[in-house]
Amino acid sequence: MAEDGYNFAYLDEQTKRMIRRAILKAVAIPGYQVPFGSREMPLPYGWGTGGIQVTASIIGRDDTLKVIDQGADDTVNAVSIRKFFARTAGVGTTERTEDATILQTRHRIPETPLGPGQILVYQVPIPEPLRWLEPREAETRKMHALEEYGVMHVRLYEDIARFGHIATSYDYPVRVNGRYLMRPSPIPKFDNPKMDRSPALQLFGAGREKRIYAIPPHTGVRSLDFDDHPFEVQKWEDVCALCGSGESFLDEIVTDDRGGRMFVCSDTDYCGRRREAGHTGPATRDPEGSGA
Amino acid sequence: MAATLNGPALRPGFAAPVPDSQQVFRRVLAAMSEPGAVQDIAIALTPPAPLDPATAAVCLTLLDFETPVWLDAAADNDDTRAWLRFHCGCPLAGEADGARFAVLARPEAAPPLAGFRLGSEAYPDESATLVVQAASLEAGDAVDLRGPGIEDRRAFRAAGLAEDFWKQRRDLERLFPLGVDLLFASGASLAAVPRSTQIGL
Ligand SMILES: [Zn+2]
Repeated sequence: MAEDGYNFAYLDEQTKRMIRRAILKAVAIPGYQVPFGSREMPLPYGWGTGGIQVTASIIGRDDTLKVIDQGADDTVNAVSIRKFFARTAGVGTTERTEDATILQTRHRIPETPLGPGQILVYQVPIPEPLRWLEPREAETRKMHALEEYGVMHVRLYEDIARFGHIATSYDYPVRVNGRYLMRPSPIPKFDNPKMDRSPALQLFGAGREKRIYAIPPHTGVRSLDFDDHPFEVQKWEDVCALCGSGESFLDEIVTDDRGGRMFVCSDTDYCGRRREAGHTGPATRDPEGSGA
Repeated sequence: MAATLNGPALRPGFAAPVPDSQQVFRRVLAAMSEPGAVQDIAIALTPPAPLDPATAAVCLTLLDFETPVWLDAAADNDDTRAWLRFHCGCPLAGEADGARFAVLARPEAAPPLAGFRLGSEAYPDESATLVVQAASLEAGDAVDLRGPGIEDRRAFRAAGLAEDFWKQRRDLERLFPLGVDLLFASGASLAAVPRSTQIGL
C-alpha cells in the first residue's frame, strides 16, 4: 500500500491528467516533442525529473517497476527512486528486466530484449537534437516542421573530416518513423539499434525543458549515417571480466591503485544473472581450470 | 427534465477516481500505442445517455478545465452537459474547431474531420482528439491499418460511421504531422487510430 499523506505517485491528479494528455499526443506523433507543464519533484539532485514525472503519471498498483542508472539497479539514485515509488504508489519493484512492466532509465537500455506491454521511460536532460546548432526554439520548431535536418548531417560529417569517423558516441541522433529527428538521451550509440522496431513502448521525459516524446512499439528508428560511413556501434577487444559476455556494453573499472583495470557489463541485472547461470569471465574463472 | 449540479438526475463518475483514472489511462495509452487493437475498460459506469461507459471513462480520465469539449447533436443534452461540467469541469466548445476533445455520439452524422483542430506546423500536438462512439467494434467494414504501433498490418472494424468517414480520414494523411487522433468507444470497449496510422480501404 502507498503511505498516507501522499498523493498516489506523488503528483496531483490535475498534473497527471495534463501529462497523460501530452503522452498520448507524443505517441500519436512519434518523435515529436510535446510541451508540458513540468512540476517540481522531491528527488536526488542531478537525476532530473522529466522521466520521473512520466512514470508518476502512468504507474498503477499493478505495475512492477525497475529503475536503472547507467545500467545499474544498485546506485544510490536508482535505489532512492525505486523507494520513492514503492512509498508513494505502493508498487512492487524488481531488478529483473523481463519482470518489469515499467522500466525507468537513465543512460542505458537493458541488454535483455524488451517485450510487448513493457514501457521504457527515459530520463532526458536535453530533448532538442538541433539545440547546439540552433539555440532559438522558434527556429528549431521551424526546422522540424520543414524537416530541415541537413545541418545535423553536416555536423556529423565534420566529425568524419576531423577524426576519420563519427566521434559522437552518446545521445546519437535518430530519425523516428522516417520523420522527426530525435535525441535518444545520453544512451551509448551501442543501444540505438534496440530502439528500432522494439515491441515495447518508449517514453521520454525532459523536466527542465518541459518536453515529452515517444516511440510507439514496432516503429522504425534509424541512426543518422552516410553511404560511405554507415552507422556502427561500439565494440570491445575484451569480454566482461565477470560473466564473459562479448555482446554487452562494457564499463571500464579500476580495480586497484597500481593501474589495474577490467571491463565489466554496465547492465548489472544481465551480468549477475549470467553468472548465476554459470557463465564465467577472466576474473571469475578458476585460474587452474582455465589454464590462465 | 434539466439536471442541475445538485439535482437528483446527476449520475456518478468514477467510484475511486485516482485508481480508476489511472487504469483507464493505461487502456487509452495501450490503444493509442497499438492502433486498432481493442481494449476493455473494466470499470462499471452508468453515464447519462447517450454516452457509453468507454466514452464516459475517457472523458473522466482526460478532460478538465484546460480542455474545451465539443458535443455532437446526439450527445449535446442537459444531462450530459451537467455531468461533464460537474465531474470534469471542462468548458463546452460552441464550435468544432474550438475543441481539444469532441464526443461524436452519432458518427454517421459527424461534421467533416478536417473541420476539427489539426494543430500547426510548429505545434501539431495542438489538435483535437475525437471520441467516436461506434455501434460496434466487431462489426462493420474492415479497414486495413499500417504504421507505428502495428507490427505488419491490422484489420479494424467500427460500425455506424459515415460512409465517407475513412476516406476523409485517409485524406488527412498527407497533412501529417497535422491531423486528428481518433478514439473509438463502444460499450466498454476502446480502440484508437492516431494520425500516424495509414488507412487501407
Ligand atoms: Zn558481465
